[in-house]
Amino acid sequence: MYDFLYLALLAGLGVAIVAGPMGSLVVWQRMAYFGDTLAHGSLLGIALGMWLSWSNSLAVVIVCLLIAGVLIVFERQRLLATDTILGILSHGSLALGLVALTLIPGARTDMEALLFGDILTVTAVEVSVVWLMAVCVLLALWRLWPSLLAITVHEDLARVEGVRVDAVKAVLKLLLALVVAISMKVVGVLLITALLIIPAASARHFAKTPEQMALLASWWLCWLCAWASCIVVAQYPGRPLHCG
Amino acid sequence: MNNAETIKHEAGESMTALIELQGVGKSFANRAVLRAVNLSLMPGRIVTLIGPNGAGKTTLVKIVLGLLQPDSGRVQRSTQLRVGYMPQKLHIDPTLPLQVERFLQFANTDYVECLAALERVGIAHLIKQPVSGLSGGEMQRMLLARALLRKPNLLVLDEPVQGVDVTGQEALYQLIGELRDELNCGILMVSHDLHLVMAATDEVVCLNQHVCCHGTPQQVSVDPEFVALFGAKTALYAHHHDHEHDLHRGVVNSPASSSCNHDSPQHGSPQHGSLDKSSTSYESKEGSQSDV
Repeated sequence: MYDFLYLALLAGLGVAIVAGPMGSLVVWQRMAYFGDTLAHGSLLGIALGMWLSWSNSLAVVIVCLLIAGVLIVFERQRLLATDTILGILSHGSLALGLVALTLIPGARTDMEALLFGDILTVTAVEVSVVWLMAVCVLLALWRLWPSLLAITVHEDLARVEGVRVDAVKAVLKLLLALVVAISMKVVGVLLITALLIIPAASARHFAKTPEQMALLASWWLCWLCAWASCIVVAQYPGRPLHCG
Repeated sequence: MNNAETIKHEAGESMTALIELQGVGKSFANRAVLRAVNLSLMPGRIVTLIGPNGAGKTTLVKIVLGLLQPDSGRVQRSTQLRVGYMPQKLHIDPTLPLQVERFLQFANTDYVECLAALERVGIAHLIKQPVSGLSGGEMQRMLLARALLRKPNLLVLDEPVQGVDVTGQEALYQLIGELRDELNCGILMVSHDLHLVMAATDEVVCLNQHVCCHGTPQQVSVDPEFVALFGAKTALYAHHHDHEHDLHRGVVNSPASSSCNHDSPQHGSPQHGSLDKSSTSYESKEGSQSDV
């Protein structure tokens, strides 16, 4: 009876456990604008998906990974400041995406679902994709965690101590692209950066170690998901619910 | 520079260099930052790199650390080289909660060793403190502890006393000297504070895109190229030595030689070099030390 709710809860929890550590890294490394850029770029991904008749999620993942790749390459060139590159990528891909959407015949997008996500309509397949992403990203973060912290503290010092700084930074960007692209269905373009930053920022106050901060941020998000589900159930006790 | 060469020669016989740079050059955007720099770092010797802003000190340090590749020249590293690096400045973003202990564990995860390193630099009581709350001197000591945890045979210290008050600076230089004796490691220091660092170093390399001069602090401080670069500051340093020389010679009561008021740089440096034969002529011209 509450099938849709279970799926929504599962999808929310999947995003929540990965958003804590990822969000903390975004805050420490000052990558918030990068999250926004990826979110804007996902519109281009949706247009691409429609044009090629691919699944939207796949196209969004590809575009986000591409944006991360372009950023990695351009940052190495050191010709422009990172936020300038991000600005070009962000608004460039947004404009391209909007134009492409109007050019594709018969393209109709649910803008609201794109902007705010539609967690109640996730399918079982989408939930498994979210969890697959979550597990992969968490495994990667777990392996790279000491290196990631070391470069957050001091890049040159980390490099002298044998951390492969450029590789670790590139992997972090790709992981973030993956998280943003796949969470988009659940939380939407507008809210994805908020989901990463706000829990981490508020956990900072209570945390004494980096790990505490990451876990606390995830814990709050999980708690929020569970709480929201309870409210929905309490509102409609024993009644079948249809969404959309 | 006879003396310096002898010292180098002796050192070269007894042990091999930890790292040796030969004719190293580096340019950024077609502007040469370093030209034909030779540098060799030996175990148990403190080498201090001095030079004005833009002299290429940081670039040279980065080449020694292997963070930058030189455009020309050769860098030879000993196979046993283990570098402990103390960066110039550590800015930890306040959004990152980090305790001293956790900071040290990036270099070595063993708690006992971390504590021992902190004890050695005299801040063991701070092990549970957040890094962002440390004072300038405590921060430098923590960075030094992290460098030590790598069990280095070469310590590279980029402006190790930055942001530390004068008494703290002296203590820190003393600590660095002690560590050199204990670990018998080579030390490469970067500094622009000539006054204190001169006392704490075996060899000074004066850099201004190329090596202007090198040698013991006494030799370098009278080198014309050095004087041209650091005129005013040399006077300060020389003044310090002047005083001792004067006392030694018993000429302090001579009004001209109580050189505290020698504020012109040209005045100070030759004065300092009064041990050197070349500068005697200066002194006689001044006529302040007629008893020489």
